[in-house]
Amino acid sequence: MSGFISTTPAERDAMLSRIGVSTIDQLFEDLPAEHYRPDLDLPPGLSELETWQLLRKLSETNLDLERHPNFLGAGAYRHFVPAAIGHLISRGEFLTSYTPYQPEVSQGTLQAVYEWQSIVCALTGMDISNASVYDAGTGTGEAARMACALTRRRRVLVLDTVNPRYREVLATYASGPDIDVETVPAFTARPDGTLGRVTDFSSKIDSSVACMIIQQPNFLGWMEQVEGLSDALSSVGAILVVIADPVSLGVIRPPGAYGAGIVVGEGKWTGGPVDFGGPLVGMFACRKDFVRQMPGRIVGSTIDGDGRKGYVLTLATREQHIRREKATSNICTAEALIALATTIYFCHLGPVGLREVAEQSIQKAHYLASRISQVPGYTVQSTAPWLYEFPIHCPKPAAQVNEALLAAGIIGGYDLGLEDPALAHSLLLCCTEVTPRSDIDRLVDVLGSL
Amino acid sequence: MTTTEHADAAVHDGASLRPSSGHSIFAGRQEGIPVVFDKSVKGRRAGKLPALDVPEIDLDEIIPQGERRHALPLPELSELDVVRHFTRLSKRNYSIESEFYPLGSCTMKYNPKIDENVAALPGFRNLHPLQPVATVQGALHVLHGIQSQLAEITGLPGVSTQPVAGAHGELTGILMVRAAHLKQGRMRRKVLIPDSAHGTNPATAAMAGYESITIGHDRVTGELDFEDFKSKLDDDCAAVMITLPNTLGLFERRIEEICRLAHEVGCFVYCDGANLNALVGQIRPGDLGVDLLHVNLHKTFAVPHGGGGPGGGAICVAASLEPFLPAPLVVQATDGSYAYDADRPDSIGRVHSYQGNFNAVLRSYAYILQLGKEGLGELGANAVLNANYMRALLADDFTFYVDRICMHEFVLDGRPFKEFGIRTLDIAKRLIDHGYHPPTIYFPLIAPEAIMIEPTETESKETMDAFASALIAVANEARSTPSVVQNAPHMTPVGRLDEVRAARQPDLRWQAPVS
Repeated sequence: MSGFISTTPAERDAMLSRIGVSTIDQLFEDLPAEHYRPDLDLPPGLSELETWQLLRKLSETNLDLERHPNFLGAGAYRHFVPAAIGHLISRGEFLTSYTPYQPEVSQGTLQAVYEWQSIVCALTGMDISNASVYDAGTGTGEAARMACALTRRRRVLVLDTVNPRYREVLATYASGPDIDVETVPAFTARPDGTLGRVTDFSSKIDSSVACMIIQQPNFLGWMEQVEGLSDALSSVGAILVVIADPVSLGVIRPPGAYGAGIVVGEGKWTGGPVDFGGPLVGMFACRKDFVRQMPGRIVGSTIDGDGRKGYVLTLATREQHIRREKATSNICTAEALIALATTIYFCHLGPVGLREVAEQSIQKAHYLASRISQVPGYTVQSTAPWLYEFPIHCPKPAAQVNEALLAAGIIGGYDLGLEDPALAHSLLLCCTEVTPRSDIDRLVDVLGSL
Repeated sequence: MTTTEHADAAVHDGASLRPSSGHSIFAGRQEGIPVVFDKSVKGRRAGKLPALDVPEIDLDEIIPQGERRHALPLPELSELDVVRHFTRLSKRNYSIESEFYPLGSCTMKYNPKIDENVAALPGFRNLHPLQPVATVQGALHVLHGIQSQLAEITGLPGVSTQPVAGAHGELTGILMVRAAHLKQGRMRRKVLIPDSAHGTNPATAAMAGYESITIGHDRVTGELDFEDFKSKLDDDCAAVMITLPNTLGLFERRIEEICRLAHEVGCFVYCDGANLNALVGQIRPGDLGVDLLHVNLHKTFAVPHGGGGPGGGAICVAASLEPFLPAPLVVQATDGSYAYDADRPDSIGRVHSYQGNFNAVLRSYAYILQLGKEGLGELGANAVLNANYMRALLADDFTFYVDRICMHEFVLDGRPFKEFGIRTLDIAKRLIDHGYHPPTIYFPLIAPEAIMIEPTETESKETMDAFASALIAVANEARSTPSVVQNAPHMTPVGRLDEVRAARQPDLRWQAPVS
């Protein structure tokens, strides 16, 4: 009898007798006998002690970012997470509760989701938010589908400065409903190692376009030039979709202020460790008039029979359990606990704390850039305003630079040659508030010695 | 009625109300907790960062003037404010750690604590998803390990843990079906789905560009209508999506024949793994002819549900579909090291930004290691034993939608209570007053007034005895004092909420009061 089943043999016999059978096998007579009870090729179960020892050892074979200088971002960012968050989300009442289908016994989760929606709206400047999607990548796919449904068009433009992983997920999501995704160049790699930017997309924007997807700041760390973009799109009935970074929203204006119709964001990094990239949590917000096409769950406030305020899952007529094949999406279970962590993070930081996190990240990254620009052979490839991530051009391939850094105990940056052979010498570096100056100085020293 | 009168009415009539755990959600009506924004005090804050250790540049030199943000309307709170607020919210929740969840089709089992400790190991948590593979061999060992575990448990050799939820696994699977047909130059248009299926099945088919065709069910056996299936199956069908056991908690006895007929016309068989808990260690869907199956790791393999995720929706497929799995896959080289295989030309592509819900997958990996071969056999066996025991306890007081030995769950028929003016919703809400989260209700859609109960293997005999007594007590109340049942719940912080108002006058976020 394994540790998680409490039934004793005597109880089992009593239960079988109450059912009116004499063996458990009799309960399985509907199963084809020749396949019943397969001889699984799996080892015997481990005790708790063995499990702990095995997995602790395995975890120690990984290189823990907290123990090594690291400058890798490229979509996944390490921020400081106040201790209160882990403690609060580990409470059994949050951790082990079900989706809040029965509101009278789920007001805790429901109010927390309402607060998440409020915070996502506050950060992005949008009217409404849902309860979360899986991550920013799938959120991008959902946003494209939603824009196509809203405009009854099938053509989606996405800038090539959007995180390549999000673009890959978008391509997968678009393949089913035959959405035509067109990647629009937004930067150029010049032979001298500098980068150029493209800001005029007017030749691409016409009345066949459902939406244009941009990322702010973009994958290269730059701020896209957003002025006029939403006007150009709305003049042909198309929607501006912005993938926003929640930390940068502490210091730059929100997408709602420059005409975004749908906003997606990755909420994981502001609430938990990087976790090898999962679980994540997608922020998903939009304009009020788009609500009926929104994917995912939404919580609303209402009252009970005595006028007492309470919260419920609402607007469910968009969802799969009611609308089946006509639903806006199939999404149901998403990332509630991670959304809760992020909600608590923003409550803990408040406006001043978030601005500090953004500003320190920016200051440290700019310090790193100024140091690197003095190292012979390296140039900072910034042709636009940027915040806490930037590409540099290295004297040798970025892959070799990263290998040398790793040999020196440093996790380097992201080798942009993996995305574009023209960028083989480009390394994308990032700093956040957790990057100490000593790590930055060490990186610069090692780069100079290569 | 006032709160006190409600409570009086609740206890009236000999109902042995059992706020079992002394939990505050069963202590009667309570004042609402203010929205966190309303607790904000200007200038208050929690925590601080170290002083900046690099030379400071004027931000105006970095961010163009028009792009600076001026107002940031987040709440301002102390850490104690934050901790109290969310602790208080947590106390308005029902959860598996203090109570029993008889939720059919949701498999709310106990989540072992060791898995939380494993998932908290810094060597797993502080890993960047794009770190060099040589520095994450332990994490890749876990991903490769669970691929092998799930392949063995399901009998389907190709596994990806990139999908992060059941519906996400479904979408991944049906997109793979689409890619496989396209690869052979076939553009099929239809997906067959039984009328008992979860709503995600038709929603998924639509997302993948397919038309859903509904197959009926046999009212006597509770299984799919085999003749209807045969008449609708043709070479325009890309897949048939079957839930096994089905949502009435019954095994589809003709599953092998269904698979054979589907395969004869080149149609794939997708198995919705939401109910896999019944089958673990008892039978492998792959051995029956199923081509694809998703595994809800948060149901079957004990990832805590978190109030709605994170979960895991691993997709498991037959060898013929392996080339279409999401890229990259974790593979093991001959020297024992692990790597990503991204060079998969037939892959449907990426379905998640990185490698799925790694930290959730890690919990399932640890759980399966602990169960081992014997434990997995006991899992399914006890899940089915418990469901049938519960069913036997209720047999004298309730009717079943289909009266047969069940698998891991069963469906009660709420219609007999209509003559007392009682609906299934009323029974569900009254159960709350007795200290229990209601079962799944009004699902499957084919069973009117359905009450669907799944105890899971981790619940004890006395828990099931107590729950059955409570449900029988509610049935008696429904017959004797229906008004108490119709107005339930009486013991919760709020009463039944006005869902029509919520939808007609949407209030979906906090708004600053107009001053």
